[in-house]
Parts: sequence; C-alpha cells; structure tokens
Amino acid sequence: MFGNFIDQFWPSTIDGLSLGAIYALVALGYTMVYGVLRLINFAHSEIFMIGTFAGLITLNAIGLSGSVGGVALIGVVLLLAVVGALASGASAVALEFVAYRPLRRRGASRLAALISAIGASLFLQQLFARVLIPWWFDLPEEKGALPIQHHFVERTPVVSVGDLTIPNDKLMVFVGAILMMIALDQFVNRTRLGRGIRAAAQDPETAVLMGVNIDRVVSTTFLIGGAMAGVAAALYLLRFEDSHYFVGFLLGIKAFTAAVLGGIGNLRGALLGGLTLGLIEMYGSVIFGTEWQHVVAFSVLVLVLMFRPTGILGESLQQARA
Amino acid sequence: MTDNANTKTGAVLTKEAPPAADNDNSRGLGGRFADIVPRARRVAGNWPAPARPVIFGLNVVLGPLVALSDAFHDWWVRQGRAARWAVYGLLILFALVLPSDMIGNVMSPHTEWQTLLFFPIGGYILLAIGLNVVVGQAGLLDLGYVAFFAVGAYAMAIFGKYHGWNFWEILIVGVVISALSGIVLGAPTLRLRGDYLAIVTLGFGEIIRIAAQNWDYVNGPNGISGIPHPPNLSDWEIPEGQPWEFLGLAGMKPFTYGALDGRPYYYLMLAAIIASIIFCKRLENSRVGRSWAAIREDEDAAELMGVPTFRFKLGAFAIGAAIGGAAGVVYASQATSIIPNNFPFILSATILAAVVLGGSGNLPGVMVGAFLVAWLPEYFRGLAEYRILIFGLALVVMMALRPEGILPSRRRQAELAEGTGGMGALGAEVAGPGTQAATEGAK
Repeated sequence: MFGNFIDQFWPSTIDGLSLGAIYALVALGYTMVYGVLRLINFAHSEIFMIGTFAGLITLNAIGLSGSVGGVALIGVVLLLAVVGALASGASAVALEFVAYRPLRRRGASRLAALISAIGASLFLQQLFARVLIPWWFDLPEEKGALPIQHHFVERTPVVSVGDLTIPNDKLMVFVGAILMMIALDQFVNRTRLGRGIRAAAQDPETAVLMGVNIDRVVSTTFLIGGAMAGVAAALYLLRFEDSHYFVGFLLGIKAFTAAVLGGIGNLRGALLGGLTLGLIEMYGSVIFGTEWQHVVAFSVLVLVLMFRPTGILGESLQQARA
Repeated sequence: MTDNANTKTGAVLTKEAPPAADNDNSRGLGGRFADIVPRARRVAGNWPAPARPVIFGLNVVLGPLVALSDAFHDWWVRQGRAARWAVYGLLILFALVLPSDMIGNVMSPHTEWQTLLFFPIGGYILLAIGLNVVVGQAGLLDLGYVAFFAVGAYAMAIFGKYHGWNFWEILIVGVVISALSGIVLGAPTLRLRGDYLAIVTLGFGEIIRIAAQNWDYVNGPNGISGIPHPPNLSDWEIPEGQPWEFLGLAGMKPFTYGALDGRPYYYLMLAAIIASIIFCKRLENSRVGRSWAAIREDEDAAELMGVPTFRFKLGAFAIGAAIGGAAGVVYASQATSIIPNNFPFILSATILAAVVLGGSGNLPGVMVGAFLVAWLPEYFRGLAEYRILIFGLALVVMMALRPEGILPSRRRQAELAEGTGGMGALGAEVAGPGTQAATEGAK
C-alpha cells in the first residue's frame, strides 16, 4: 500500500498539481461570486462545461485532425483558451442577468438564489444533452449524453530528471493556470474595477454610497469568474481531450471544495485549495485505490474544516490587499 | 436599528403575530385581487425588458391563486378547534381515496398513478417534511439529505435480506441508525458557518453513495435485490357494492403487501407522512421549535439568550435524518431492489427545491412543493426528454416570481422583510447585526 505510494510519489505529484491547477481556476469563479454576493453559484460547473464545448467546436472548425505538439500545440491551446474564455464569460454574465439579478433586486433569500442556480444548472445540462450537442456534432438525439472526444495532443516528455519525466501537457496546464491566477490577482488588487470588487465584497451598502456601480461590479465578477472557467476548460481539453454534458458536475463540486478548503472568498486560497485538493486526491487514489479518490477528497475537507473552520487561509476577498 | 424594526422582531418571535403587525392581514379578498396587477407590474420591473411581458403575464395568472391561499390563511387563523379538525378530517379522507382510478386518469395519463403516488410523490413529501426540519426550521443548509434516505434504504436491505428481520423491526432500527448517522455527521460539522455546512453535507451525500458503490458486502454498483416486503397486517379487503363503489377501490386489500399492488404501500407511506406531520407540528410549537426559530434568525443572539444552539442544531439534524431514514426503509421495502445510483446528488437538490419552492418552514407549503416537484415531471412524461430541462427552467422562473415560495411561512416572510438572511437590496447580504458577514468580522 505505502510502498506503492513511494514508487508513485513523483508521478502522482505531477498528476495532482496539474489536476489541482484546473480545480483552482474553476474555484476562482465560485470564490469571487461568493465573496461579492455570498451566493454559491451552482451553475458555475455548467459555465465550465460550455467552455469545453466551445473548445471542441473550435477544434472541429479549424479542421484539426491528427495530433500536434510543440509550439503548434501552444498556439492551439491559446486559441481554445480565448474562445473558451469568451464563451464561458458571456454565458456567466447572461446567467447572472437571467437567474440572479431579478432575485437580487427583490432582496430574495440566499436559499431562493441557490434554488434558482440549481434550476439554471439543470436547464443548461439538459439543453446541451438534448438539443445543442446532437445539433453541433450531428448526432442522433439520444446520443447527446455520450462523451465527445477529439484527440489533438501529442504528448512528449519535456523535462526529465532521473526517473521523473514531466510531459508537455501537464506542464502547460500547470504553467497556464498559474499565469492566469497571477493576472487575476493583479487585476483585483491593482485596477480600479478590482478595487470596486473588493469594496463591494467588504461592505456593499457603503460601496454603493461611495459611487460604486454595484450592477457593473457584479457583472464584472461573473465575467471574470466565467472567463477563468473558460481557460480551465481549455486546459481540461488539453489534459483529457473529451467532454460531455455532465462534465462540470463532479469537477464543479471539487472546485467548490477547493475554494472552501483554501478559505472561500479568498483568491489565493483558491489556488492553495485547488493544488492541495489535487495532490490529496492523487495520493489518496494511489494509497487506497482510485475508487476511493473522491471519498478521500471529501474526508480531508471535513478534517481540515474541523481544525480550521474558515479554510486554510481563511481570510476573504475583502481583506486582500496589494 | 429603529424602534419600528424592534417591534417587528418582537412580533416575529411571538407564536402568532398580532394582525396589526402584518399588513396583509387587514386586507380582504377584494383588496388582494385589486393588488394583483400592480404587484405583477412591480415584479416584472425587476427583469430585463424582453422578459417583462412574460413575467407580467405569469404573475397575473398566478396572482389569484396566491390571493386565495392568503385569504384561506386569514380564515384559518380565525377558526376554532372544531373547524380545524373538520379540515384535517377532510384532508385525510381525500388522501385515502387518492389512489382511485378516477383521479389517476386525470393526474397521470402516462404512468401508473398508484405506483406514482407511493414514489416519487409520497416519498418526496416525506423527505421534504424531514428536510424542512433542517432547512426550514433550524435554517441549516443541507445539500446531502439523500444520504439519510440511502442509510434507511440500505438498513432495510441489509437487515431484511441478510438477517431476515421483519419490516417493523427494521423500521425502528433504520430510523435509529439514520438519526445516529445524522449525529455523526453533525457533531464535527455543525460548528461551521452555513455555507461550509452546505459543502460538507454535499460531500457526505457523495461519500455514502460512493462507499456503497465500493463496498462488496452490499454488492457494489449492482446493489441489493430481493429485499422482503413487509409482512401482511390483515387480509381485510374493501367490500364491494358499497356507496363508494364509483371510486374503484373495492376489492383492494390495503394491508396486504404484495409485489403487484402499489396502493397498500401508499397507505404505509401516508401513515408515515401523517405521523411525521404531527411530530413536526408539535415540535414547531414547542420550546424546541422556538429555539430553532431563534437560531435561524440570529444564532449569536440565541446563544447569548441561553439557547444551547449546538445541541438544538444537532437535534434538528438527527430528527431530519430520522425522517429521511424512515422514508428510505419504506421505499426499499416496496422497491425490493436498490442500487447506489438510486441516491444521487440530484435527488438532494430536488428535495431542497421542493422545500424552497413550496415555502421553506411552512409544512403545507413544503408538501405542495414536494407534490409539484414529484408530479409535474411525471405528468409531462409526454415531453419525455425535455422534462428535466423544463423542470430546471421552471425552478428559475418560480424563484424569480415568488422567491419566498408558493405558500411561505408567515414568520419566514417577516424575517425576509427585515433583511435577515436575504441577499439584501444591493446584491449582497446586508451587513447588519444579524448577518454572518458581521459575525465573521467580530471573530
């Protein structure tokens, strides 16, 4: 059991970090919306799913057949990231407009907003499974729920130290995610709009009195969170090369777990939580077997929360300072 | 905080709010009907322009129903004991004749109504009553409620099939085990803030399902089949040639539990539902129920006033879990085979939707919500593939139209009007003395 773990330590560390980086990017969307609205945006997992399909459609559209490697692969992934970010960001803003804004205006309970989010999540999943996927990929209607694959990645080891080799896709996932996180952190901490987000997270009433346009701040928050999920979707395609209508569900739960683990509402916490969760899952599946991967993840969450009730970093978006 | 707000809080906490504090009470049915159009216009104003006509129309259509239910409530609070018992009696009578084919043909053209009544309709109602204790009364967000349903069902399967116990023994054991699992889950997690609790319960729900999938003792993903039916209570059958012949219930044996007839199980579920209603209603009006209301409205204040909040939260969890477990035992005894995938997260979400849609905290509302959530997708089975899509859309629209639920609890409505626990008018929880944002800052 543990001998296996020692053998597999470095490979599973690399797997864990690249998986965790994707969790972290998706977790940002949860954590930002939670920071500003105190709302669990349950439909965020579907925003991610939309990003993966935007990527798959792009791959079809540019007529890519066979796999690419090297610099060409970086170009393809950049394209997927841009398309994914646009599609997911736009859907996130639209989602806020339709499912949350009317409730917000009426001062509805957070529970009502959560149910609205669950409804939107179901609606989007089914819309893809029953209508859009069969249409886009020219499938009979009953096949809409099946995974759509598109192999385009040529995996080559780029770094090798002794026994340890890091393949190009995992390295790109990790580096790409870290770059996005740094960019976001700078945006929230240094720009005017970022200051608006922090102000709204800290004290919405005072922020409005000070001239912050709360609707614009909320829209921006959803846009950025969605765009991050879109980039995560591109990295997910790079890593796993397939998607289906339900792809967001488990990943969304894991990402939310990551956000909570790091301290919800905290951007750096999302990164830390995501990477921690990714590593725990991979180590857990080596030690206890892959079928216990998810159980290990949730058990660790409960354990961490018992000792650190507000997550590892604990502070929230409002307190983040440059 | 102004004096006005304080008096309102006082009214909220008293058992029955004096009419003067509640503006709605002073209006008659006519006044309510006159208000439908302006109200619909106000609600539609919150929406983006293209959606406004649709929202306005829906509100005008739903308005009379809401007005009638409000008027009924006004009538209800004025009634004495006799009239109330008469209404209870009529409702129970109605529930007893519900499996009639006559009603079934109207309500369920696509599936067998008698089976439908047992599950999902009856099952969802019982689960919603249980979840309402946790979410509606104690104000704890539980996203993994299905776990307790699964624990009850697996208790029935394991003790019934492997150990040959009888249904009635397992019902007791299953309820106790579920309540214990509620305590085991609650003890480490109930000290957490609300949203952390949500994710931990969600995780627990998944853990139970995945554990069942990986555990060979319960056959992993294949589940357990051949679970025994409950033993027959009596062979009595409803005599023929009686005045109620037209209902088509004659010849049925309501206490004989076989494989074919779903109706005896429906009556079993009905008995469980009625028992749970009485239990929850008694609790709601007791010291326990008032403590839950206090915890829901302001946990810190409740603690300060001497309410042992942790113990009562744990109690709410255990009672909710026990009711969920009872539903699981009854369900498994009818289904005779269960698999882990009978207990997915989406079932938790659906039950939660039922509670919120119906009116969190108000038992009749919660039951109406559960009925709608269970029945509508079955009724629209003609639309087959698209029914879940429509269900999702309906949730979004219903929440926008009536975020407080179809039949909201009066007390909950007053809380929302004060801004406690709401998203506030500005798009975020307003930081007031009662909100968690403030609690966080103080720690």
